[in-house]
Amino acid sequence: MKWESVIGLEVHAQLLTESKIFSSTPTRYGAKPNTQAGLIDLGYPGVLPVLNRTAVEMAVRFGLAIGATIGRRSVFARKNYFYPDLPKGYQISQYDRPIVMGGALDVLLADGSVKRIGITRAHLEEDAGKSVHDLFPESTGIDLNRAGTPLLEIVSEPEMRSAEEAVAYLKGLHTLVRYLDICDGNMQEGSFRCDANVSVRPLGQRELSTRTEIKNLNSFRFVEQALAFEMERQIRVCESGGTIIQETRLYDSDRRETRSLRTKEDAHDYRYFPDPDLLPLDLEEGFIDAIASALPELPRAKRERFEIRYGLGAYDATVLTQSRELADYYETVAGTDGLDPKLVANWVMGEVLAGLHRDHLEITGVPIAASDLAGLLARIGDGTLSGKMAKEVFEAMWSGGGGADAVIEARGLRQLSDQGALEAVIDTVIAAHPAQWSEYQAGRDKLLGFFVGQVMQATRGQASPKLLNDLLQKKRHPPS
Amino acid sequence: MKPRGVPVLLEGAKSRPQAILSHYRERIRTFNSRINAFITVLAEGEADRMPHAGGGILGGLPIAHKDIFVTRDVRTTCGSRMLADFVPPYDAAVVERLAHAGCTLLGKTNMDEFAMGSSNETSYFGPVRNPWDLERVPGGSSGGSAAAVAAGLAPVATGTDTGGSIRQPAALCGITGFKPTYGRVSRFGMIAFASSLDQAGILARSAEDVAWTLRAMAGHDPRDSTSVARPVPDYVEALGQGVRGRRIGVLENCFDTGLDPQVGERIRDALRVLERLGATLCDVRLPHLSLSVPAYYVLAPAECSSNLARYDGVRFGYRAPGARDLADLYRRSRSEGFGLEVQRRILTGTYVLSHGYYDAYYLKAQRVRRLIREDFLRAFKTVDILAGPTTPTPAFRLGEKTEDPLTMYLNDIYTIGVNLAGLPALSTPAGLVDGLPVGLQLIGGDFEEALILAAAHAFQGATEWHRLEPPGFEDSES
Repeated sequence: MKWESVIGLEVHAQLLTESKIFSSTPTRYGAKPNTQAGLIDLGYPGVLPVLNRTAVEMAVRFGLAIGATIGRRSVFARKNYFYPDLPKGYQISQYDRPIVMGGALDVLLADGSVKRIGITRAHLEEDAGKSVHDLFPESTGIDLNRAGTPLLEIVSEPEMRSAEEAVAYLKGLHTLVRYLDICDGNMQEGSFRCDANVSVRPLGQRELSTRTEIKNLNSFRFVEQALAFEMERQIRVCESGGTIIQETRLYDSDRRETRSLRTKEDAHDYRYFPDPDLLPLDLEEGFIDAIASALPELPRAKRERFEIRYGLGAYDATVLTQSRELADYYETVAGTDGLDPKLVANWVMGEVLAGLHRDHLEITGVPIAASDLAGLLARIGDGTLSGKMAKEVFEAMWSGGGGADAVIEARGLRQLSDQGALEAVIDTVIAAHPAQWSEYQAGRDKLLGFFVGQVMQATRGQASPKLLNDLLQKKRHPPS
Repeated sequence: MKPRGVPVLLEGAKSRPQAILSHYRERIRTFNSRINAFITVLAEGEADRMPHAGGGILGGLPIAHKDIFVTRDVRTTCGSRMLADFVPPYDAAVVERLAHAGCTLLGKTNMDEFAMGSSNETSYFGPVRNPWDLERVPGGSSGGSAAAVAAGLAPVATGTDTGGSIRQPAALCGITGFKPTYGRVSRFGMIAFASSLDQAGILARSAEDVAWTLRAMAGHDPRDSTSVARPVPDYVEALGQGVRGRRIGVLENCFDTGLDPQVGERIRDALRVLERLGATLCDVRLPHLSLSVPAYYVLAPAECSSNLARYDGVRFGYRAPGARDLADLYRRSRSEGFGLEVQRRILTGTYVLSHGYYDAYYLKAQRVRRLIREDFLRAFKTVDILAGPTTPTPAFRLGEKTEDPLTMYLNDIYTIGVNLAGLPALSTPAGLVDGLPVGLQLIGGDFEEALILAAAHAFQGATEWHRLEPPGFEDSES
């Protein structure tokens, strides 16, 4: 039987606010345990929540960017359950009246096609703290620094049909939240987390089958692996006559498998009800309009613009627009007079991205400023450098060698493109190898490489390859 | 037999603040053991921690806070074993404002556990006794504050009113109890019972004393999202308005069944006094008022079940020793830390919010709540004030209703509707029945605090009931 998988994702994006969603405690990551938890975050008797305006603005920004309906009135609700890292015994979230409803994200698949994935809703909520199980031998530690950190929970429709589509959607979302400057997207630190709902059904069946929820997916790779494992597991169960039970499963990245965490029977009854400490959130049209008019160019628009203005293919345009900073970097270089945008794309996607990857850097920390890269590429354009030499200059610039011209000067890397000077070198080489020259002139084409090599050796690689070729051709068949 | 009011005390405090403070401290030492009104009495010097004591519009006024308002460095128990050793690191907004106005803290008053009760018998620290009859309850949940003021142990005390918890004990103890409009006074630092109903207020001898205190307490607080940004009128100044020309609607619902006939007579007498003062009376019936008690006992427990979830033995409060695992820690800390009435309400609240019951209970009760508020608002289109008895009977005996929660709940039948509607209301002494005080309730429209205070002030100017002192507790110096 042919099977089809059905995947929906729930993403928790930690919002880049200075302070927590219901208190003025700072939200910096990595502080000592329990040093960023104030009385409100700790749920002390008598404290009350006050909504962070910036978190609301960020949620609206996201909603507008995915073409969603912004809830003119949304309601905060309490999700009640007991857990030691949940200080109040309830999480303030949004339930039946979220701030963002509907919307969609267009994602680019590997084959170049675009798929539209529906987004059901996005709502604001507070994060819980962390239980630390490996710090003390006999007990569990509780770190409440994260408690009260603002989250935007983004729930997709179950419209993805493969792990690849799920990852493409997740990457699209990841790019978008960073474009909007509402989330740093750091998956290792947990500021962009993903849970997946997965089910499989015989191809052609319309109704959805029982699904499982997979938690703890903190990298794109894990999402792909976990989904692949889980779909295969479900198909195996179905094919051997078993039934899928609705449960929450945890992905174990070491063993590359999912395993049951809890079944529906132990599911919480969260007893949602509107939080009486917070009034319904009513948004004025002017508030929403102001946010709409300040929206940056979004990834899709930018990608399409890159394709048209710079003549790039869909793939290149996607790579170069994966973050606003990278796109800005590319545009600064590509916009320099006289540079070929495709050449620039090759360099940015090749040397620059490889260098960043190798040195674990972000584009914001790139060692070569866009104007310096433009300077380097201009030296290829004017024939000063060969492509090979340019790479050497690039490496030197990367490790702090300064601008392209300074490196060229310091290393004497200027390409030998003076015709007279190069002819003199060629003549010396011919004089040193008269027999080979005669053979070459007699028709042994293969010897061209020999002479190029000799001249390059003599000029320490600085001969302009094009000029050298031209001159060797000319000397082989001298005008009589 | 003429207890000093706040203006007189403030005048005296200008020249000899210590003498006034000492006077009340002395009375607490002498009388508190008889009525158990205080859970914590501050020692000499301890009260001086209040940063602004001495200056301000209430400079030198001694005050008692219900033990539901958190006080920095001073134990705040909420009448519960759960918080028996809890020392808060901050001051409630009410505490802060009154300290800023110059009030000096005498101590923290006894109360029903987490403000859940109508007789002050659910306190972990033992029941408060009614100064008018030590075998009777003072009412609740602000029973300690009411008894303290009635017995002359404090000129003014704060309280909270979720379903009548200020007005009912004020009525049973023969003093003035005032609940402002929901949102008028900040709830920040007031330990939550039912957040959408809880409102801080005042227990004092007279409407005038209430006005002085309310002026310092009321106002917007950005730390409480439900607090209302609206200017605070000068309640003291407004006292002089009187009641002439006011249309008073008599809540006929309250005279139907369950009302002690003698209490009914006192209330009719009181209404005639208001009429003599220039008010016009008419009958009003609120069609949905009879549903207040059932709606309240769905909504208040629902909110309480969530508000009290934070007391889990993990971060603060009581932690059961020797727990086997997490579930055991929760179960035992909460079973041992909370009393029976609190547990009953947590269970009720958990039930009405549960999957499958939410619509039938919680949502329906919310709809009833809206209907009740609409009833009140409709009435206030034709009247300025609604009036009736505060309670169906005078103070009952200790232990008389503890076995039957439903009977106990009915004690709040006249007060609860006001909380559901979020309106301001007060109870003023209106006579005695068999030597026990009876309270007249005056209810105003949204933010009409000044109007009902002026009416009560006029009433108190024409009557002596609020000047009565419980036998054995007379304040000779007064």
